[in-house]
This record gives sequence, C-alpha cells and structure tokens, in this order.
Amino acid sequence: MDNILSWIIWIPVLGMVAIAFIPREKQDLIKQVAAVTTGIQLLVAIVLWSTFDATNGTFQFMERAEWIPSLGISYILGIDGLSLPMVALNALIIFIGVFVSWNIDRAVKGYFALFLLLDTGIMGVFLSLDFFLFYVFWEVMLLPMYFLIGMWGGPQREYAAIKFFLYTLFGSVLMLIALLALYFACGETFDMQLMIERAPFALDGVVWWGMSAIKVIWVLLFIGFAIKVPVFPFHTWLPLAHVEAPTAISVVLAGILLKLGVYGMLRINYTMLPDAVWWFSGALAFLGMINVIWGAMCALAQKDLKKMVAYSSINHMGYLLLGMAAVIAGGSANGSNLMAAQAGMNGAVFQMFNHGTISAMLFILVGVIYDQAHHRDIEGFGGLASQMPIYTAIVALAFFAGLGLPGLSGFVSEAMCLIGAFPVFRTIVIISTIGILLNAAYFLWAFQRMFFGKLNEKYTKLVDINNRELFTVIPLLVITIFLGIYPRPFLDMIKETMSILIDQVVVVGGIAGIF
Amino acid sequence: MTGDMLINYALGILFFPLISFIILIFVGKRLPRQGDVVGIGTIILTLILSLAMFGSMLLSHDPGFRHEASFTWIDLGDFEIRLGFLIDNITIIMLLVVSLISTMTHIFSTKYMEGDIRYSRYYAYLGLFTFSMNGIVLANNLVSLYIFWELVGVSSYLLIGHWFEKDSAADASKKAFLTNRVGDIGFFIGLMLVFTALGTFNYAEVFEGVAKGAISGTLLTFAGIGLFMGAVGKSSQFPLHIWLPDAMEGPTPVSALMHAATMVAAGVYLSVRLFPLFTPEALLFIAYTGGFTAIFAATIAITQNDIKKVLAYSTISQLGYMILAVGTGAYVAGFFHLVTHAMFKACLFYGSGSVIHAMHHALHNLKDHDTDPQDMRNMGGFKSKMPITYWTMLVATLAISGVPLFSGFLSKDAILAGTLSFASHHPQHFLLPVFGFSAALITAFYMFRLIFMTFHNQPKLPNVYSDIHESPKPMVFPLILLSSLSVFIFYTLPYFNPLSDHGWFMELIKAKDSMVPGSPSAHDIAEGMHHSHTLTMILSILVASLGILLSWAVYIKNSVSADNWSKRLDLYYNLSLNKYYFDENYNKYLYQPFLRLANRVSYIDWDLYDKYFINGFGHITKWLSSVTGRIDYDGLDQTIVDGLGRSMGKAGSSLKEIQTGRLQNYMLFALFGVIIIIIFQSF
Repeated sequence: MDNILSWIIWIPVLGMVAIAFIPREKQDLIKQVAAVTTGIQLLVAIVLWSTFDATNGTFQFMERAEWIPSLGISYILGIDGLSLPMVALNALIIFIGVFVSWNIDRAVKGYFALFLLLDTGIMGVFLSLDFFLFYVFWEVMLLPMYFLIGMWGGPQREYAAIKFFLYTLFGSVLMLIALLALYFACGETFDMQLMIERAPFALDGVVWWGMSAIKVIWVLLFIGFAIKVPVFPFHTWLPLAHVEAPTAISVVLAGILLKLGVYGMLRINYTMLPDAVWWFSGALAFLGMINVIWGAMCALAQKDLKKMVAYSSINHMGYLLLGMAAVIAGGSANGSNLMAAQAGMNGAVFQMFNHGTISAMLFILVGVIYDQAHHRDIEGFGGLASQMPIYTAIVALAFFAGLGLPGLSGFVSEAMCLIGAFPVFRTIVIISTIGILLNAAYFLWAFQRMFFGKLNEKYTKLVDINNRELFTVIPLLVITIFLGIYPRPFLDMIKETMSILIDQVVVVGGIAGIF
Repeated sequence: MTGDMLINYALGILFFPLISFIILIFVGKRLPRQGDVVGIGTIILTLILSLAMFGSMLLSHDPGFRHEASFTWIDLGDFEIRLGFLIDNITIIMLLVVSLISTMTHIFSTKYMEGDIRYSRYYAYLGLFTFSMNGIVLANNLVSLYIFWELVGVSSYLLIGHWFEKDSAADASKKAFLTNRVGDIGFFIGLMLVFTALGTFNYAEVFEGVAKGAISGTLLTFAGIGLFMGAVGKSSQFPLHIWLPDAMEGPTPVSALMHAATMVAAGVYLSVRLFPLFTPEALLFIAYTGGFTAIFAATIAITQNDIKKVLAYSTISQLGYMILAVGTGAYVAGFFHLVTHAMFKACLFYGSGSVIHAMHHALHNLKDHDTDPQDMRNMGGFKSKMPITYWTMLVATLAISGVPLFSGFLSKDAILAGTLSFASHHPQHFLLPVFGFSAALITAFYMFRLIFMTFHNQPKLPNVYSDIHESPKPMVFPLILLSSLSVFIFYTLPYFNPLSDHGWFMELIKAKDSMVPGSPSAHDIAEGMHHSHTLTMILSILVASLGILLSWAVYIKNSVSADNWSKRLDLYYNLSLNKYYFDENYNKYLYQPFLRLANRVSYIDWDLYDKYFINGFGHITKWLSSVTGRIDYDGLDQTIVDGLGRSMGKAGSSLKEIQTGRLQNYMLFALFGVIIIIIFQSF
C-alpha cells in the first residue's frame, strides 16, 4: 500500500466527512460508520505493524511533499520503532473507544465527528516528521478534546474543559517559542531529520540572557510536554478532566494523550537537544520519583474510583520518567552501562504502551459500574463480587496489572525502568520502590471495599458486564497478559530505534555536550 | 534419566496445574463435580512426574547432579534476561514435597470443602498456587524467582480471601499481600544491586561474580540482606510475621498447604538457594532474625486458644529455626527441616481441620452459631471419638517436639548442632543456641498443650462432644500418610539409626561452599556440627522431655495450675495472649498516620495547590485582562481615539485582534469554524 501513513492519518477524516452528510436522527448509522472507519484504520495499523522492518531502527514508509516551501514547511511523514507502537496503540484504543461510546445518546453526530477528528490529530502527531506539521496536529487534537469534555462530560464539564484547554494551550505556546527558536537555529527548516542533524551543533555555545540556549529551549519544550504527561507539578488538570470526561474520552485521554507528552520529549528533546538530556536527567529522575510517590499517595486518599485511577496514571508515568532518565547510563562518568540505558529507554516506551492498555481497561471498567450504579464512590459499593462475578474477575486482573503483578505487562516495563535507572540514580530509585507497596495498597484497598464483604442491599439488581463491554475489555486484557508473559514481540520492534536514540544522546550529546 | 528428559518432566510438573487452573476458571462450574476431578487428576499427574524424578535421583545417587535450561525472554542487544530451570537434588526433593502436599490438600478438600459456594473456584486457585510454587522451585535466576514469588502471593491472596463475605477474611488477604510486598521491596532492591554489579540474574553466574569479587563488602551484604527481606516477608519472620496468623482465615486445607508446608517455606528455599552469596555479616543478620523469630513466636503460641492460631505461631517459630540454620551456615540442616516440617506440620493442620470439621458439624446439628469451633477451650476428650485424628496428630506432635524416632528430631538436632558449633567458634553469639534450645522447650510444651486440651481430659461441652465423629476417608487418608512420613526411617534409609541423620538425604544434599571470599568452608561447618552432635543430642532430648513433662503436669495431672501461673505472670501473659500488641501498634503508629498523611497530601494537591495556585493564574489573568480592557476602552479609546471617530476606532481595534498575523491563529479559527458548524448540525 502506497502512502500507508497518509491513509492511517486521513481515514478518520473521510469517516468524519461521511458522518457530516448523515442526517442526525440516524444515530445507529453514525455509530456504524465510526466503527467501520476506525476498524479500517486498525486493519491498516496491523498491516503496518506486520510489514515494519524491525531490524531497521530508522524511519520507514517515508512520505514527503512540499507544503509551504517559502517557509521551509513540508508534509513529511515517517514511522520508526518509537512511533509504531503508539500508532498501533492509538488505532486500537480509538476503535475500542467507539464501542465504549456506543451508549452516547446526545448529539451523536457531533460526538463521533469530533472523535474521529481527534483520532486524526493524534495519528498526525505520531507520524509527522516536520516540526510545523507536528505542531499543527498537536493543536488539531486539542480542540475536539475541549468540546468532547465540555459538551458530553459530567456536571463540572465546562470548568474541566476550559482548564484542560488553557493548561494545554499554555504548553503549546511554550512549544511554539521553542519551535521557532529551533527553526531559525537550524537554517529555517522544519524538517525534523535535518533539525536532528543540525540542532545539537547549531546551538552549541549559544547564550541567551546569560543562559545556554539549549537549556532554555529544552525547558520550554519540556514544560510543554510535561503538562501532557503530566509531570508533577503540572498534573492537576488530569484528575479533573478524567472525572468529568465521558468514559470513552477518559479512555483515550489516559490511553493515548498522556503518551504524547512522553513521545514529544523522546522525539524532540532527546534528539535535537541531546546534551541538555545530561543536564536535565537528574531532575527528570527526581520528578519521576515525585510522580510515583505523590501519585500513589493521592490515589490512596481518593473516594472517587475514577479519580483514584486518574492519580494512578500519574503514579505510573513516574516509572516511565525514571526509565527515560536512565539513558545517561549509556555514557556516565563511571563508564558506559549500555545495559542500563537500554533497559530504561525500552522500558519507558514499553511502559507507555502498557499504561495505555491497562489504564484504558481501568477507565472502561469504571464506566461499566458507573453506568449502572450512577456513582463512583468506592465506599458506596461492597460485596459486588457475588453479584457481578465476571466483572469482578476482570477488575481483579486489571487492578493486578495496575499494581505491577508479574505475568502481566505492567510489571515488565516498570521493572525495566527501575532496573535501568538504578545504576545512575540509586537513592531515587530506592525511594521509588516504595511505590511497589503503595500501588498494591490503593488498588487492593479499593478492590476490597468495592467487591468484598456483604452485598449492599441497593445493588441486588445490578447485572454483570454485558457483551459489548466485554468486547471492549477483552482485547486489552489479552494484550496485557500476552506481553506480560512474553514481551519480546513488542520489544524486538522498538529496540533498534531505541539504540539509535541512546546513541544520539550519548554520542552526539557527548560530543557537542556542555560538559 | 537424561537432563533433557528431566526438563520435559519439569515442564509437565509446572504446567499441568496451570492447565487445571485455566480449565476450572472458565468452565469449572459446568463440569461434573464442579471440576474437582480436573484439579485432582492434574495434581496426581504432577505427583507421578515428581516421583519419577525423585526415583531417578535416588537411582543415580549423584550429589553433584545439576542441569539447567534457559530461553531468552528479553534481548535488547546488551540488556538480556534469560529465564529457565535449574534442576538439582534440592529442586527434585522440593518438587516432590510441593506435589505431595498439594495432592493431599486436593484430596482432603473434597470433603472439607464439600458444598462450598465457590468449590470450583477453590480448586482453580489450588492449581494456580501449585503452578506458582513449582515455578519458584524450578527457577534458575532471580527474575523467574521474583515473578513466581509474586504469583504465589496472589494465589495466597485469593485463597485467604476465599470467604470474602467475611470482613476478617478480606482484611487478612489484603494484609498478607501487602506485608509480603514490604519484603518484596527489599527483594527487588537486592535484585537491582546484584544486576547492576554483575549484569546477570542467573544464580550460577551471580555466584561466579561473587567469587571473583565483582561485588563484595558492604554492597554485597546489603544485596544479600535485601534479597533476604523477601524471605522475611514470605516466611513470615519478625517483624513481618503479622500476616501469617491472620491468614488462618483461609480454609484449613489451604493453611496446611500454603501457610505451613510450602509457600511460607519459599523464603527458606530462597535463603538456601542464595546461601553462597551471603556475606558473614548478612548471615549474622539472617541468623538473628531466624533465632529471634523462633523464640518470639513460640512465646506467643503458648497462650493461644484457637487451635489454628497455635499452629500458625508454631509455623512461624519453626520457619525461624530454618532461617537460623541458614544463618549459622548449616543451610542443609535448614532445608532438611523444611522437608520434615512440611510433612508433620501439614499433618497437624489436616488434623486441626479434621477436628474443626467435626466441631462444625456438631455445632451445626445443635444449631449453635455462636460457639467458636476452633477454640480449644470448647474441646477436650476427643481422643475416643476421633482415634485416627488423635494418633496421627500425636505422631506429628512427637516429631515437631523433637522426640527420637521421629523425623523432627533429626532435622532439629542438625539445626541445633549448627548453632552450637557456630557459638563455640563465636562465643559472643551465645544467644543463638539459647534461642534455639529454649524454643525447642517451649515448642514441646505448647504442642502437647494442644494435644491435651483437644483430645484428653473431660469434654468441655458435653452436648457437642456427643455429636463428634471421626472424619471421612478422604480426610483421614492424608493424615495417615503424612504422619507415617514423620517417622525417622524415611529420611535415614538405607540406615536404621534413629539418632543420626545419616541417610539418603544427607548423602544427596551436600553443603556447598559459600562463594564469598573468606567465608568458612562447608567442610569446616560440617566438621563443627559433627563435634557438637553428641552434646546437642543430649540437650535437645532433655529440653523436649522437660517440655512434654511440664505440659503433662499442667494439663493432665493439674499439679500446676495454668490459671494461677497466668495470674502470677499477668503482665507477660497478656503480652503473649495479645501477640505483644504488634497489630495494634502497627495500626496506631504506621497505618493510621500513613493514611492521614495520604489524605493530607491529597488535600494539598487538590484543595490547596490546584485550587489556589493553579487557578490563581486563571484569576490573575482574568483580572489583568479586565484591567487592560478598561485601560484600552475607557482610557485609550474613549479619550484619545475619540477624536478619530468612535466607529472607525472600534472597527480597527477589533480587526487588530483578529489580524495578529500568526498562521497558527488563522488555522485555529478555521478549525473552530468547522467544529462549530459540525456541532450545531448535530443538535
């Protein structure tokens, strides 16, 4: 298939256009069109996964076209081991998201049109190799999200939506400044591959207002991306947005949108400003530790199940930051420890994927009980295990995946992140291992309060998880178990690209370096 | 048998129970007899394979036998994790112990759990447990070990919480998992320390690295202690012992299998396996942990009235023994005790299960739901009603008390000889044998207290007593088998000397030297134990008889009144009865403050930081924009631009806002337009 990457980006727009022409009363047809569109996209993503050459870590399936030549803006797409799993994850989560949204009954047409637009924006971000294009898609993605939360959300939806919007826009502005600085430094081009080649040297030794330009740009980009991850202290929009968003949007938010921040850091900060990685890695690891501990403690205190799961995302992203920081082990002062760098970086990307599947599963499951009980108060349940046995079993598996149980995928990536970061950030990692206990504490405590004990009289009418809901959870569950037992099919796809990335930081960052 | 064949057998042993788990969890309820036949069938297959391996081990009679097989689990270029099996004599014996006790539990449960609401689920979890436990046994590297270690924790969580409608059971299962995780943090840190220094997880390669000095000194000590923390959690050693007594909330056959014979022994197994990497300092830490736990738990067991609680504390104490043995270098003795203890302690638990079962039925017939069927104060005189249960439990009690002719005597003797020899080389550590011998004394005392209170004397509740019956065959059979296996001869063959542990076991399990440079050699340790053997034997027979005699005097002859003594030792009695208030203090000084802290953190995060700081930016911006708006309109526009004509000025300023000249803004507006059109269309 030629232009496969363009197809994967624009298929949802075709769906959106189709939906625009369907009369708004034909709700089922709208849903079916959305399902078919995302289904095709998922098939294309599977084709992409199976034809991707895992032995080659550089960009594949490249597409290039002029867009605004006078400004050095082009339409460049490409995929490597970093973006491939994200594209596959997105295709899957969006497809599942359509079925999670099946019981949306208000303004169905607008909802699914926006949902598909969101899909295009996300795919575009992952596949753009032109920084300007990247930025455009980044903004494209923001808008549908604003409306999806603000119009189909819970009681405080408008507040949550505007907060999400302004917060992210603030990040975008910082990113825009950095984007322009890099654009001019690299000889007025937005071509990422050129920028990766030129930026580390072009900016070497440049000083702005007494500060190294590399550091300034790094920090601007970092904050822009950190808001999305979210990294402490830029995280408070997340629990609010999750609590207010409709289930499917929470699923996409946790499953994909949080990864965009990490993706941006790895794609841009790590490649274009590799020497600042050295400077910042300590802070990154430290923030990772704070995310782990702070997120877990907040999760422990929550009464609202969805908010607990939201804080658990913050906690899980912390492990990922630790893994990312481990990259400098590849050439630390005490000698090169490529093992640690590989474990950390691959672990981080693996964690992105695993958190995507696991948190998506968790949010779907929260939605299942909310749809029936109309509340999410953990204390308000009790004894559900005897009333909803299948639901209980699936929640148990999802919770165990969340608390990093071996045999499920989250364990592998979290362990890799910790093992990778350990040689360079020993104290920080040791403190972070407390998270192993805290994760178990909040998940098991919530599980006990919801499912164990005597059944609450109010809930004798609840029915077990239905087939549609099962259909949305099972694929994620299967992936979680499979990759937990045998992670190689995933790791083999990304490891070459990660090696290139580690080289970029260690070698290029080392040569150009501020050290 | 060739190595490859053994690997195939091991694969069978590992995966048959897993298959049973998968079948039962999905279709168990629809199968005949709710699928217990599937569980029993697979576990018997597993037992047959284990027996075959065991037979081939006996035939080849090679103490140095060792076979490994691995596959690449993760390969990132430089970072590689290989998982696999290590089969040596320790593995083979351990596999047999796990399969045997698991089979007994499967059989015992057919009657004990009959009519249970989640009967099928129960058998599924037994399969999961057996799978995970055998995984621990077969691991040849720290990662596999950690993986199965946690899976065992999950099966324990699920089985302790089998009757989750009861809050106490739900609490106990959570407590077990979380307490174990505390230990696992140490385990994981130890694992990272080892890997960072040596770049491998494989036992043999790790030992090689230790021997080469690639990791040494304080770092190695910390790595060793870290890994040992895992054992502290799983083997319920002080100060993480709190979960095991609560775990008795699970069904009794489960207590026998997991919380007496196998799962809790995993910590000991870990310490035995990793013995070569422990530095002398780490070993000392291990020895004191084990020794203290042995005596500490024994002093609690002595006052407990719940029959299962007595056995639970006795298990903690016996595990302490094994850990103590590892710490003093006599790790083979520790492993020996693990095996003998598995048999007699499982027997004791099945015995208690048999008694509880009988009590339960009697109370049920009387429609009495208030009397506690596990409280020994409600029993007495059961000897005549349940003769098989009585005699088998008596044999197991003799074994655990360390009476000659029984297995426990041999293994306990070996451990005590180790401590005595250790103390003779290091007189400053005289406390270790003191712990050991006093724990032996107390053990003999409280175990006979259990026997006397349950089976002898006058029945405390005559109407219940009259309805007590011996348990059915599937429950009696494991009792008979395991009590037979508590006789010395099964461990000393082909020799018949009941006073010496010389036999197939000691011939096939030879102690290996520690890999830490400068440690005493296995030969020296064995030599020392040999020298203190006679003294140990005399002392241990003395303390065991003293303990039994005292118990007899108090509970049969009534020449010493337990009530009087408990009043006289009021303070101590209450401390022991209340388990030294550990649960209360942990709750008061750890859990509650931590939960309060978490609530505080959450409050800071949500109600202070977000509400005032983050939203503050929004408020400031809003205020600023209203100020600039006023300046712009009232000041600039109304007074200065006024002269240019109101309409022109206004149009200009609004156009200026739109025409900021940035491409991105145009695109944003265009997009907004599209989206708004779509949304309005859809309403």
